Amino acid sequence: MGLLVAQLLTGLANAAALFLVASGLSLIFGVTRIVNFAHGSFYMLGAYFGVSLMDHLTGGFGFWTSIVLAGLIVGLIGVVVEILVLRPIYRAPELFQLVATFGVILVIQDLTLMIWGAEDQMGPRAPGLKSVVRIMGEPVPQYDLALIAITPFILFALWWLISRTRVGILVRAATQDREMVGALGVNQSWLFTGVFFLGSTLAGLGGAIQLPKGGADLLMDLNIISAVFVVVVIGGMGSILGAFVASVLISVLNVFGVAYIPQSTLVLMYVVMAVVLLVRPYGLFGREEKAGEHGQVGEPDRPIRPAGTLGKSLVALLIAVLALVPLYGGNFTQVLITDILIFCLFAASLQFMLSVGGLVSFGHAAYFGGGAYAAALLVTYADTPMELAFLFAPLAAGLLAIVFGWFCIRLSGVYFAMLTLAFSQLVWSLVFQWYDVTGGDDGLVNIWPAAWLSGTTAYYYFTLIVGIGGIILLRHITHAPFGYALRATRDSARQAEATGINVKLVQWTAFATAGAMAGLAGGLFVFSKGSVFPNELEISKSFDALIVVFLGGVKTLSGGVVGAAFMESVKDWLTRLEYWRLILGLLIIFVVIIAPEGIVGTLRKAAERVGLRRTEEFMR
Amino acid sequence: MTSGTTAPVLRVENLVRTFGGVKAVNGVSFEVMPGELKALIGPNGAGKSTCFNMLMGQLKPTAGKVFLKGEEITGKPPRAVWRRGVGRTFQITGTYQSMTVAENVQMALMSHHKRLFSILPHAYKVYREEAIELLDVVGMADQADRACAILAYGDLKRLELAIALSNNPHLLLMDEPTAGMAPKERINLMQLTADIVRDRGVSVLFTEHDMDVVFAHSHHIMVLNRGELIADGNVEEVRNNPKVQEVYLGGGTLYKQEPADA
Amino acid sequence: MKQFRKLVAAATMLAAAAAPSFAADTIKIGEINHYKRLAAFAEPYKKGIELAVEEINGAGGVLGKPLEFIFRDDNGKPGDAVKIAEELMTRDGAVMLTGTILSNIGLAISSLAGEKGYIYLAAEPLADALVWQSGNPYTFRLRTSTYVQAAMLAEEAAKTDAIRYATIAPNYAYGTAAVEAFKENLKKLKPEVEFVTEQWPALFKIDAGAEVQALEAAKPDAIYNVTFGTDLQKFVREGTTRGLFDGRKVYGLLTGEPEYLDPLADEAPEGWFVTGYPWYGFTEGPAKEFVDAYIAAYPDETPKIGSLVGYMTAKSIAAALDKAGSTETDAILAAFEDLTVDTPMGEIVYRGLDNQSTMGAYVGTTALKDGKGVMVDWEYKNPVSYMPSDDEIKAMRPAE
Repeated sequence: MGLLVAQLLTGLANAAALFLVASGLSLIFGVTRIVNFAHGSFYMLGAYFGVSLMDHLTGGFGFWTSIVLAGLIVGLIGVVVEILVLRPIYRAPELFQLVATFGVILVIQDLTLMIWGAEDQMGPRAPGLKSVVRIMGEPVPQYDLALIAITPFILFALWWLISRTRVGILVRAATQDREMVGALGVNQSWLFTGVFFLGSTLAGLGGAIQLPKGGADLLMDLNIISAVFVVVVIGGMGSILGAFVASVLISVLNVFGVAYIPQSTLVLMYVVMAVVLLVRPYGLFGREEKAGEHGQVGEPDRPIRPAGTLGKSLVALLIAVLALVPLYGGNFTQVLITDILIFCLFAASLQFMLSVGGLVSFGHAAYFGGGAYAAALLVTYADTPMELAFLFAPLAAGLLAIVFGWFCIRLSGVYFAMLTLAFSQLVWSLVFQWYDVTGGDDGLVNIWPAAWLSGTTAYYYFTLIVGIGGIILLRHITHAPFGYALRATRDSARQAEATGINVKLVQWTAFATAGAMAGLAGGLFVFSKGSVFPNELEISKSFDALIVVFLGGVKTLSGGVVGAAFMESVKDWLTRLEYWRLILGLLIIFVVIIAPEGIVGTLRKAAERVGLRRTEEFMR
Repeated sequence: MTSGTTAPVLRVENLVRTFGGVKAVNGVSFEVMPGELKALIGPNGAGKSTCFNMLMGQLKPTAGKVFLKGEEITGKPPRAVWRRGVGRTFQITGTYQSMTVAENVQMALMSHHKRLFSILPHAYKVYREEAIELLDVVGMADQADRACAILAYGDLKRLELAIALSNNPHLLLMDEPTAGMAPKERINLMQLTADIVRDRGVSVLFTEHDMDVVFAHSHHIMVLNRGELIADGNVEEVRNNPKVQEVYLGGGTLYKQEPADA
Repeated sequence: MKQFRKLVAAATMLAAAAAPSFAADTIKIGEINHYKRLAAFAEPYKKGIELAVEEINGAGGVLGKPLEFIFRDDNGKPGDAVKIAEELMTRDGAVMLTGTILSNIGLAISSLAGEKGYIYLAAEPLADALVWQSGNPYTFRLRTSTYVQAAMLAEEAAKTDAIRYATIAPNYAYGTAAVEAFKENLKKLKPEVEFVTEQWPALFKIDAGAEVQALEAAKPDAIYNVTFGTDLQKFVREGTTRGLFDGRKVYGLLTGEPEYLDPLADEAPEGWFVTGYPWYGFTEGPAKEFVDAYIAAYPDETPKIGSLVGYMTAKSIAAALDKAGSTETDAILAAFEDLTVDTPMGEIVYRGLDNQSTMGAYVGTTALKDGKGVMVDWEYKNPVSYMPSDDEIKAMRPAE
């Protein structure tokens, strides 16, 4: 009994930092509708500033002052980020801001490394709260009790701010109807800035307040972000109380998980998330999204036509050049292009469901990695010939997408995205923790192609045929009746349904198709690398694809492919530099701000403006 | 006329829909005969849209039955109702913004011919001639290759009509077909609708606010008030119905305590 | 000043990347590591290499040419590492590959090496699978095997009267292997021990309070710790605060390495029996010479185990090339067979049996000295007697 109580207290104490960070994220989302993936970076900055401040400010007063100051500093950094990076792009297509926040993550990572160095910083202990209190015979750290005591005050303070002040009323109003707040004559951009300040401050406080239990290190930004998303999604996006309840739920659950199923702690968290989303799609305290809020905004897509003679000739020329690469390019050029082609196919598969279908997936890596793992498992355990295992990759990924898709398509907008994320994290955590089968973090190795494909050049041609074939197939489907049906469901689900189109079935099929094609890319990947590891299923892999689709142009057909080729080439060159993340991050932000229509979209506009490309006839 | 020798296209029996205890539609029964142009009118919140949404399957009735050519379609999803030959236009148009005018119609034709999951042909060529023919019916053929996103509102409405005709419907359900249009356009659109009814033998059931439109073109008119049908007859009968007159001229309580129209 | 030096280093790297032709007449070694993902571990390692390269080239290089390491960051991703390995070998003209700390990336490169016939010296990865279960003729490993270090701790543990053991290890292959090796060796030496609980926090995601409670609840006599890095920091702090270590013997794999002990500062646990690197305790011999040279080269730093491994990596490669007399793969491969190398730890051998070096380990007890954690009563142990038998190893290695 004593142990149970002590475990409960540990869970409650752990919930403190999580709640602070999650409430900030939830607040920012609620008002600005920005899914701020850089929120974990603010948390990390809070920890680093906290450590530095505590070096100078000693004693109990200094300790707590440092925490508050760290929060405020991070809040100001949040303001800078909001004004410089996000404000210029509020009018860009929804979720474009997400790409920008990913750029911010990269920039902050390198700046932190520059300023504080590589070594992990141990957090100082709280003066006067270093020992334990015996509760029912069990030792409970004093600082844990302090955290447990503080959290309700913060919850209360936020509640008071939101429900009892003018600012709070505006925030609530904005959460429900942004246009209305604008109509009331409130300066919307300063409201957004203010909310960003508050949200970032909360994240900074979270980073600083956890110092006595942890420290500051360069991995903590990405380590916390998935847990924070779980909390925000379970609690309901935009709900402070939800963030609190979910933080406690997840933290307590985790403590008991550690004690009773120590090898499945990660899986547990994502199972809970998936179950909650299935039962209550909008989280425990979330409100249903207004339809269309996350659909296509801004200028509608242009009507599409298959490439004309000129376009086809250019593509044929490009393929011819690629086919000749082994004659003049070196071995590594082929390896690099193989990588690029695989990534292009992966990005194209995401673009198919995202751009054509309006289905924004945050977890597309599940199908890429899923395909790769399916093939690798067959090779490892069944000695399956490579050719067969390779075919199994898109098949398995497609099956996975059929199963997950069945659940996901019941939701829409950001909740759809979150459920795809939950499922992909579920797959990732399963692979990561099911060591006996998947090899866990050590992955599956020695997955090489059959003898006739084992040479670099042979595999290069194989990738060229399959990769480009896949991309062309997807593009053709886009132009075929099925692609049109998919666009119809995106443009107007109501109209589609009222003219005999089974919207969910079309979306489900598209989901499965995109999954299978991602799996095909995964199959190409695993045999080109000879091994596969859980990082191919990670959030960041999904984001890689998401980023290139947006960079290339979400309202275009070739954006994903162009963006992927661009990104993979730039990365290959950039990673040679010491602070390449900084440069890449700035580059992403730069592209997002000056070219919110993406590379292809911007080029198209520019070409039209200078008259190189005639305005398409259907726009007259 | 409603009890002639031919079977009705649409028969509605005792349709009820409640929202949280409030009866938005309360025991409505009526029929629509082949080739009939029938209006459903009533003040705001009378239950017209609720009624429509139940006919088309967007909303499940609390009680009652809907028959299409004798076959029960109560509670079937909109796409199933459409497959049985019911076309629909909406108060706020819902065309596909990223497609051309012709493609919008082609889309409906592909759906009608069950080609939605085909991945072989280029969709922009599929059923193009048929689509142009339908566009010709509504006078939109010359705009076939314009993007839907840049159409004038009145043209969108005409396009919607062409789409609604693409599955050779027995019945067209048109919700406020002339809402948001200039008076002259209204007359034109309703004239077009009346022509289609005459030429193609389609039945039309429509709701409308504009009484000029209603009385100029309808064969029969039904009046809904507070969820109940208070009149169903030809133009003269309805015009002279004292209940209807009260609702439209003298009713002080009409706009109070009405559930929001869903 | 530190920032400035980093900037200069960055600029130098840029220049090096932009103009590889200047260094055309060197022998190039491709070095892949997680300079971003695990900067704290990779940097000392790199400095160790650079120190050794300076010494080697100061003494005339190898085969009459300067030795050059091409350092590349893999972003902590195995897929990227494999691509970079291909680039290093086929475009940059590297004669062989080395590097990596993370086992998974080591395994990925090792698999590539076996497939493509590249020589790969795995410097720091801990997974024994590199040379045993997944071993191949082209992959060699320098760092002391996890099995051996665990066996050294088990030997010490068997001397006490502790019966009930608890383990805590990161939930990935290295952690699992480390726990298995400890259990196997301890049971061999003392069959009556029982393992009352096993805790498996996810790597770098420990929930220390919960872990400590779970361990405490099992009431063990002794604890075997495999966590490291930030996980270790959190575990030690929570464990100390809650009194988990009071009256219990703790055995810590790698815990004595400066990488892990230094950040703990005055909270370093006392009385743990650990493997590590007590550089501050050397008074003479090659071990001391290395420490002095390192501190002379990098006055702001103290050596880490990574520094030593980096240094020994470069020395091993130079020795192999000297012995091979050529940069041909076959020649280097032959040279690595039973190659002996003089290192700060004394002479080590790359065993022909399994391509594993005989780098040993320092074991000792942790203590606090001047507000810092140190190892006392330490000794250097030669690994050979702790290895599995030759037959066992042969059975583990895939047929060649």
